[in-house]
Amino acid sequence: MIARLGRLPWGLFVLIAAFCVPAMGSRFYTFLANDIVIWALFATSLNLLVGVTGLVSFGHAAYFGIGAYATGLLMKKLSVPFLLAFPAAGVLAGAAALAFGFFCVRLTRIYFAMLTLAFAQIVWAICFKWNEVTGGEQGMPEIPYPSFDWIPALPVVGGWRTAEYFYFLTLLMVALCLWALRRIVGSPFGRMLTTIRENPERAEFIGVNVRRYELAAFVLAGAFAGMAGGLFGIFNRGVFPDFAYWTKSSEVLIMTLLGGMGTFYGPAIGALVLILLNQQIVAYTEYWPFVLGTVLVVLLFAFPGGIAGAIGAMARRLTRPRRA
Amino acid sequence: MLEVRDVRKAFDGFQAVAGVSLAVERGQTAAIIGPNGAGKTTFFNLITGHLRPDTGAVLLEGRDITGVAPHDVCRLGMGRSFQRTNIFPRLTVFQNIQAAYLSHRGRGRDLWSSVERLYRDETDAVLASIGLLERSGELSGFLSHGAQKQLELGIALASEPRLLLLDEPTAGMSATETRDTIRLIDRIVRDRGLTLLFTEHDMDVVFSIAQKIIVLHQGRVIAEGAPADVRADPEVRRVYLGARR
Repeated sequence: MIARLGRLPWGLFVLIAAFCVPAMGSRFYTFLANDIVIWALFATSLNLLVGVTGLVSFGHAAYFGIGAYATGLLMKKLSVPFLLAFPAAGVLAGAAALAFGFFCVRLTRIYFAMLTLAFAQIVWAICFKWNEVTGGEQGMPEIPYPSFDWIPALPVVGGWRTAEYFYFLTLLMVALCLWALRRIVGSPFGRMLTTIRENPERAEFIGVNVRRYELAAFVLAGAFAGMAGGLFGIFNRGVFPDFAYWTKSSEVLIMTLLGGMGTFYGPAIGALVLILLNQQIVAYTEYWPFVLGTVLVVLLFAFPGGIAGAIGAMARRLTRPRRA
Repeated sequence: MLEVRDVRKAFDGFQAVAGVSLAVERGQTAAIIGPNGAGKTTFFNLITGHLRPDTGAVLLEGRDITGVAPHDVCRLGMGRSFQRTNIFPRLTVFQNIQAAYLSHRGRGRDLWSSVERLYRDETDAVLASIGLLERSGELSGFLSHGAQKQLELGIALASEPRLLLLDEPTAGMSATETRDTIRLIDRIVRDRGLTLLFTEHDMDVVFSIAQKIIVLHQGRVIAEGAPADVRADPEVRRVYLGARR
């Protein structure tokens, strides 16, 4: 029976459940759910590098930040509609990832990680100092919501507040992005990335141009992170330099590890758990980083596959035929 | 098929390969032997593009491939196995072979199809010929050392090479495994009409299947020719055979 559970369309169930969150009537829950959904995309995009290709990036927030500024600037200063400004975040972040990645994939392991961090700090410094465009230290407040004028005319979905419309829109966009990412991971291209993670030397000698594939993965991951950033800027009602700061990069990396980089949905689960934990624990104690540190230590030793890995192992144990 | 002209490679002043030339004819099975440190693996790496020779040239089917990157060398029709077993440990046996097909047939740029059903028959055929078909669903990292070596041979075959380079294909194997592996390699090379160049330290293996033997010593060729001639060569007996027996 448990074996059959695995074949159910869980993604669809989660999506439907997520659509029902505003019906619970709490603005706070909708806010929290919106936060989680965006970070889920951000973490899943990072996992294309970390879990699938085996490249650990310490600077993934750079592309999140670039996407946020791109969408923010386009919508606020140029009044570009969301449906153009959102993909533009992906394109611009992807372009930045192409430029930075070109250098990063020439290095391996810790050197790769440090170079991604260095580029991310450059992005942060530019956002922080370039007052005319980014608003510098003060950031760029009052990013407008997309126009939802036409929605109240629709049946069923009409009658919600703007923040809730934006939540529905976020859900839809993130679902599309996750679906695309899932296709990519399950494609021949995705398999080539996995061979690089498993053994770059061997991958090279089945004819894989390792650097070029790594760069392609870097660009794709950056583009999806950019789209997550675009959504986050609107959600946050403003874009600030710390979107690209290294603490954001580490936060998303922690989510990926916590949820489990070995599975597709692990990082999304990590985003959910980390944000909920944060909410709960901050209410009781100011020592949130201490609790987070402890959770991570336990996790890394007891469940190296993360939450998703632990669930998978448990399911396998339950389904394994018992010896008579 | 393969021609190497006077390649040299030095590391920090140490001459690992000091001017080696050789030619392997189409359909020939040739072996490179020599004591540890003779430069066999370095020489292989020079052929496959993992290292760039300081001087000299490598020609594959008359085409200059000196300094060409390994992934391109592989596409030009050369398959290779490594001395330290080189597989994709957390992929299944099936996926290991399938990945090589995906890459070789140029499907790697496909971001949208599902990978599951691609090249199923071709992959199964290779698995059958290396005797791993029954184990196709297992994680390759859990296979025995001997089975992993066979899998690596399968990965090399899936690139549909015309020239196969095997770096110590029986390294670390028991006597029985060695015999089985050699029989397997011999059969596959005949069936597919491949040209084979391999390195080996086990003399019995070499003399049982090689038509041509090249003896490397301190980065130089000290003898070359048919097995019987090489075995009789006094220089070879002194530096290699004599030292071991």
